[in-house]
Amino acid sequence: MAISDAYEAVIGLEVHTQLLTRSKIFCGCANEFGAAPNHNVCPVCMGMPGVLPVFNRRVLELTIRVGLATHSQISERSIFARKNYFYPDLPKGYQISQYERPLCVGGYIELPTGNGAPRRIQLARIHLEEDAGKNIHRPTASLVDFNRSGTPLLEIVSEPELRSAEEATAYLRELRSILRYLEVSDGNMEEGSFRCDANVSVRPCGATELGAKTEIKNLNSFKFVEKAIKHEIERQTAVLKAGGKIMQETHLWDPERGETRPMRSKEYAHDYRYFPEPDLPELYVPPELVEQIRAQAPEVPAARRARYARDLSLSAYEIDVLTQEREVGDYFEAMVAAGIETKAAANWTMTEVLRASNESTETFSNAVPPPAQTAALLKLVAQNEISLNAAKTAFAAMCKSGQDAATTVKALGLAQVSDEATISQVCDQVLSAEADKVAQFHAGREKLFGFFVGQVVKAMKGNANPKVVNEVLKRKLAMAGRPSPSDLPSSGA
Amino acid sequence: MNDELFRLTINDARAALRKREISAVELTRACLERISATEPKLNAFLTVAESEALTQAQAADQRLAGTQPAPALCGIPLGIKDIFCVRGMRTTCASRILENFVPPFDATVIVRLREAGAVFLGKLNMDEFAMGSSTENSAFGPTRNPYDLARVPGGSSGGSAAAVAADECLASLGTDTGGSIRQPAALCGIVGVKPTYSRVSRYGIVAFASSLDQVGPLTKTVRDGAIMMHALAGVDPRDSTCSARPVPDYESALNGELRNLRVGVPKEFFVEGMQPAVDDAVRATLKHLEAAGATAREISLPHSQYAVATYYLIATAEASANLARYDGIRYGFRAEAEDLNELYHRTRALGFGPEVKRRIMLGTFALSSGYYDAYYLKAQRVRTLIRKDFEAAFNTCDVIVTPTSPTTAFRLGEKTQDPLQMYLSDIFTISVNLAGLPALSMPCGYDSDGLPIGLQIIGPAFGEETILRAADALERSGSIARRRPSAV
Repeated sequence: MAISDAYEAVIGLEVHTQLLTRSKIFCGCANEFGAAPNHNVCPVCMGMPGVLPVFNRRVLELTIRVGLATHSQISERSIFARKNYFYPDLPKGYQISQYERPLCVGGYIELPTGNGAPRRIQLARIHLEEDAGKNIHRPTASLVDFNRSGTPLLEIVSEPELRSAEEATAYLRELRSILRYLEVSDGNMEEGSFRCDANVSVRPCGATELGAKTEIKNLNSFKFVEKAIKHEIERQTAVLKAGGKIMQETHLWDPERGETRPMRSKEYAHDYRYFPEPDLPELYVPPELVEQIRAQAPEVPAARRARYARDLSLSAYEIDVLTQEREVGDYFEAMVAAGIETKAAANWTMTEVLRASNESTETFSNAVPPPAQTAALLKLVAQNEISLNAAKTAFAAMCKSGQDAATTVKALGLAQVSDEATISQVCDQVLSAEADKVAQFHAGREKLFGFFVGQVVKAMKGNANPKVVNEVLKRKLAMAGRPSPSDLPSSGA
Repeated sequence: MNDELFRLTINDARAALRKREISAVELTRACLERISATEPKLNAFLTVAESEALTQAQAADQRLAGTQPAPALCGIPLGIKDIFCVRGMRTTCASRILENFVPPFDATVIVRLREAGAVFLGKLNMDEFAMGSSTENSAFGPTRNPYDLARVPGGSSGGSAAAVAADECLASLGTDTGGSIRQPAALCGIVGVKPTYSRVSRYGIVAFASSLDQVGPLTKTVRDGAIMMHALAGVDPRDSTCSARPVPDYESALNGELRNLRVGVPKEFFVEGMQPAVDDAVRATLKHLEAAGATAREISLPHSQYAVATYYLIATAEASANLARYDGIRYGFRAEAEDLNELYHRTRALGFGPEVKRRIMLGTFALSSGYYDAYYLKAQRVRTLIRKDFEAAFNTCDVIVTPTSPTTAFRLGEKTQDPLQMYLSDIFTISVNLAGLPALSMPCGYDSDGLPIGLQIIGPAFGEETILRAADALERSGSIARRRPSAV
């Protein structure tokens, strides 16, 4: 796993994720992305003199949900702390966070490893804090937008148990997937609702002590996380190999140059002077509340993967694709529940549904038809009402129009013709128009059967039921002279 | 009586207003005129809000003339310590750094007082950010004691105490973090009540030390204190540390009864170096209490000797964080600077006074890595011991009686060069804040210079009714002949 055989990497991740609450963590301002600057602010989140924080109980419920899903211990009593530092985007000059006695302690996240046992990554803690505002630098001035100030944040800290950049990315993806399954975060790295700092060190293989670490900040995409960690492991390994020493420092990832570079020590050498927040009482979590949330807990990706593997005959790859996003798996399951055969539902979801959703700028549920309508469409295929290709055409149309399956099929004239009389008439026209070829067929050019089928289907604009066309053509060609070949190829529309 | 309306107590003014013998506008004008006459000597007010006050008074008169019963403080002119955010009214905390700060919101107690119909005459002087015991730390000049203009009114609510003592307002609001209501009340010969921590909302009060700050009234009489307490106390959804306990009708607790009251007298509070007149006055009052049927016994609060040291670690630690927001970025004073660090340094260097800087540095040090355990954490442990001392004491007594301050009002400049001496003037009040208990100060005599002496009555948590009842009974007994301030 390590870059060099002689060294191994030790990686721990600190993830900050914004919570999907209606209001901020300590005031009633709206928690939303994209509002006009300094629109969602009040005296509390602006740090006016004399204001006091009031804890948003919804934040507690969402955090407990995450704690339970990651097998963490939920502290019955936890406390808030002040983390002191000066920065223009931090209105109070301190961030309300948790230090001693965080809300969730321990726990783990399991990463799928193909067919083997999942790899378990231990968590150190999950704690609550408030987000800061945002500095915007212009050539002539620096501006501050406080809309984000007071957005509820979870900090999820892993133990230093990750061993490669790939594993770190897999951990991040799994964590993001869990948060999205639980509907506590949208996990959007570009908008900053899911952010990652990485602690990276390298040590000789077999060593038990940790080497000096660097903390890498500014990792706002999965790609950057992987690249930055790889780069840092290589850099540190090279330094150690050359007999150098790793300095404990903070680096910034520079995506332009594809490298990390150290920040000035002044920029990060803080003594945060944590102390218990006197404006907020101890946070008490009644055991009943934990049990209530546990009882209503949504399924997590690992549980869904296990269930699919146990109950459905799907490949590891299919399970992986279907479970990455909760709504994709939900869609697939809804189709199965509506009577579509598992494999067909899985194939359709993995190809047509994901394609439509990926090509759309809409949210998943707005990008694709309701699963019941997709199921209705696939039933028309099963009942030979339409062809598979027609279904794909209809599905694409349904994604755009929002109309139901039956209406769409009708409107586009995709209904498959199975009526023998109609098909027989077209067959007659084709056979009489192609009398030469009929003669050649009877003379032994049996391959021409496929040609006749094709002509009929073409004449019927692709809507003929190929099975019926086959049968009718066989009959007519046999009647026209010879007994039909017993092993005529089926055309397959 | 018309020209002396400003001398009224809340209780008397309330009755006269309701009977329509006087109007709120008349009463407010009388106070405003009194302010004009006295302020050149006192400097108790930082802002006089004449037009706002008259508007409020007119509204009060309309309510008093209406058919609905008028609210509790309808038409009562009050002074507000300049630490309370009042929407649209400059709130400086007596600091350069907030010199032009106009809050866009009201503190919860201001909302309550508005609902109760009170009239706000203006904002009162104080020690900068409530840090001090003499009001000499105001960025806008000291307030003087109405009994002797060469002396301090105490602090930090010095303006609040002087204004009430000088009849500039009927009552005022103060805050008490280590004695900032009780000590100036004592030095100015009036009544000051510090409620149980959590009894009154802190929302909108510029924070000094969050775990110690508490709002309370400064009044001419104990009964007025009870009336004000009823208007101020109660749960506030904006303050998570505020108690949801129902608020009793404090006035109805004032039944004049002193019989069987068990008075604890802590031996540690009668210290060497205390002004003999203070000792004498407090002991005389104890005798009087016993004569009225109370029983006095000596108690011990062994850890109170550590109270001042403990307080100056906890209060400064909290203050160092609470005052970090004054950075020149969003509001208040901003110094010219070339870059961000210079902006911070210059804004805070020029915006804060020396005592505030001293406490920020002390608190920052106490919280620093490597010192936290030895200072802040140890102080928290001692705080617990001090609280337990009081809990044990209240097993054997109903109230604890002590001097409020070891001395009467001292001279301006007398202690400014010696912070430690200044800190010791709160030696009897500080442990009460550390324990979160209710206490009040009331006049109990005068020294040979005619300067008032304060008596402190401490109660168990939420024992406001008990201390108010005892103080009111004592006041009504007539054992203490009140003297008006001679210098105004």
